[in-house]
Amino acid sequence: MSDAATLQGVTTAPRLRAWVFAGPRPAARAAYALAAPAFVLMLMMLIGPLAGVIALSFTDYQLGAPSFSWIGLSNYHEMFADRVFWISLKNTLTYVAIVVPGAVVLGLGTALLIQSGAGLRSWYRTVYFLPVMATLIAMAIVWEFMLHPQFGLVNGLLRAAGLQGHSWLQDRGTALYSLCVIGIWQATGFNMVLFLAGLVSIPKHLYDAAEIDGAESAWSRFRLVTWPMLGPVTLFVVTISAIRSFQVFDTVQVLTKGGPSKSSEVLIYTMYTEGFEFFRSGYGAAVTVVFLAFVLLLTSVKSALGNREVHYA
Amino acid sequence: MAEIEIRALRKAFDGAEVLKGVDLTIEDGEFISLVGPSGCGKSTLLRIIAGLEPQSSGEIRIDHASADGVRPSARNLAMVFQSYALYPHLSVFDNIAVPLRMKRLSALERAPLVGRLLPSRRRAERVIREDVERVAEQLEITALLKRKPGQLSGGQRQRVAVGRAIVRQPRAFLFDEPLSNLDAKLRVHMRAEIAQLHRQLKTTFIYVTHDQAEAMTMSGRIAVMIGGELIQVGTPAAIYEDPHDIRVAEFIGTPKINAFPGRIRSDGRLEALGHPLHVATPAPAGECRVCVRPERIDLDTSGVLSGTVVHLENLGSEAFVHIGSPGMSVPVVARVNDPSQLPSIGSPVGYGFAPEAVRAFDGGGRRIVTSVPSRVERPREVAVV
Repeated sequence: MSDAATLQGVTTAPRLRAWVFAGPRPAARAAYALAAPAFVLMLMMLIGPLAGVIALSFTDYQLGAPSFSWIGLSNYHEMFADRVFWISLKNTLTYVAIVVPGAVVLGLGTALLIQSGAGLRSWYRTVYFLPVMATLIAMAIVWEFMLHPQFGLVNGLLRAAGLQGHSWLQDRGTALYSLCVIGIWQATGFNMVLFLAGLVSIPKHLYDAAEIDGAESAWSRFRLVTWPMLGPVTLFVVTISAIRSFQVFDTVQVLTKGGPSKSSEVLIYTMYTEGFEFFRSGYGAAVTVVFLAFVLLLTSVKSALGNREVHYA
Repeated sequence: MAEIEIRALRKAFDGAEVLKGVDLTIEDGEFISLVGPSGCGKSTLLRIIAGLEPQSSGEIRIDHASADGVRPSARNLAMVFQSYALYPHLSVFDNIAVPLRMKRLSALERAPLVGRLLPSRRRAERVIREDVERVAEQLEITALLKRKPGQLSGGQRQRVAVGRAIVRQPRAFLFDEPLSNLDAKLRVHMRAEIAQLHRQLKTTFIYVTHDQAEAMTMSGRIAVMIGGELIQVGTPAAIYEDPHDIRVAEFIGTPKINAFPGRIRSDGRLEALGHPLHVATPAPAGECRVCVRPERIDLDTSGVLSGTVVHLENLGSEAFVHIGSPGMSVPVVARVNDPSQLPSIGSPVGYGFAPEAVRAFDGGGRRIVTSVPSRVERPREVAVV
């Protein structure tokens, strides 16, 4: 063992010295040169901005200001002491906690219905995918009309049914939940398409085997075959839905502006107002870092689960 | 244990008729193979027997009771699929236990969390464990019980699929080309194992395959299906020796049977490639095909027919000589039992066959009755006169 070790030491030492003094061998140099453009682009376009945001969060930089100074963790101290930040974080988490299960369950349900149906499949697919294709800002205006207290469709229907209307977006108690409904409405179609792709890839013979084995009800076939086989898709859908819900901004900006009295304030909206309305870029960057931390957490949970829990056939 | 009757079964997919009226009675405890080229409807027939597919018309009767409208699991037939169809997320143990759990546990007992707390579930699970372990031992897969199907080789997966089928003690087993995904060596091995399993269980086996070697080696009876019709049903030997249709003769046997263009003369004698044969038939005069199996072709310089050797296949224990013959579009194949005595490629060779080896078919492909007028017949005729 020790012989082998010394032998190895003897043989590698000159090679190492040669590498240090003469630089990498020509072939290796060419390889680095060829990889360099991609690496530089990656640094500039992907890692650079991220590092920039993190660096910015340690400064007092204001948008347009000629200079800045490093202030350490002051932005974070201020943020964690700020009531608005905590409201914003709580609202964002509430939004995610409602929209993700809602959009996943509805997306799966719609996909199962479309898959089991005989005709009009592509028509249904297109219709449910419409909210995804349409710009959310434009659709938010439609929702604003639908939820309007006086002449909105929702209240109109409620009144027609003999129920009391409601100021959905103007009430502190309902503003965030109304946004959640719009979020679910928008994400369902996207999830449905992903689930449909997952359903198509389940081998038909598994359903035959389940039928022969005695899984007679649709529910037992779902439990035995569909749900486990959709594992990878479900994990992906949940992660993507969660990240997209964390990013909620357009509907808040168009419909509520975080109000009334911060009841629909969310992280990205806080970031936007701090960074672009109050020009406090440093503070905005600190909020962004918190947002990024959540996204990173979600992604690592996904890959950890993906390695352990999900079964690829 | 079940007798399965198939009566006037028809099946059409979008107007295309896949099964054109199939009648077949499968005896209790029998090993029958449905064999035919791909697309002949054999897998569809099996799926209809299993209940996975409804028939367009006709009837399936299992143990004298109509199975129409009976759910697949209620028919109590087990099926082994070509792709194994194991549940990839379940361990080998759970895969084998699925049919038992479905049958013995109520929906509540199967429920994810609540079910585990029920004492009745725990009792049932104990019996299920014993049953699964007994089957695993029988198939020698005990060591694999904790693994997932993805961690198994093709042969092991096949065993698990068989285990899942036998654990529920079904009335009959349906095999849908179960060995097609295995390599050649393993296939031969599994062939023997499945035949052994049938001898052990003594249950009805219905085995679908396009591989005539599997059908010939394992089954008690073979049903040859071609183009949605059942052409011939019989023992392997009868199907091989006494094919009723030229399609059966050509499908069964490797290499393929040699088919010579022939003619029935007005005096009832047969001709092949213009040479008269010592074979008589009561069939009316006209075109026919004279078929002879490769092992019945004798290479002999004194043979009536001749050609040149175009290809040799030496398998070690035997060899096949391909002879290009005038008047034949495909080479005539002859089996030679002693590969040390092969003619060389390009050399002229004469060949012939005994009149008993002839199987003749008419223009429509139906078998013609032939006989070899024996030489002792003539004196007897004389004696009668």
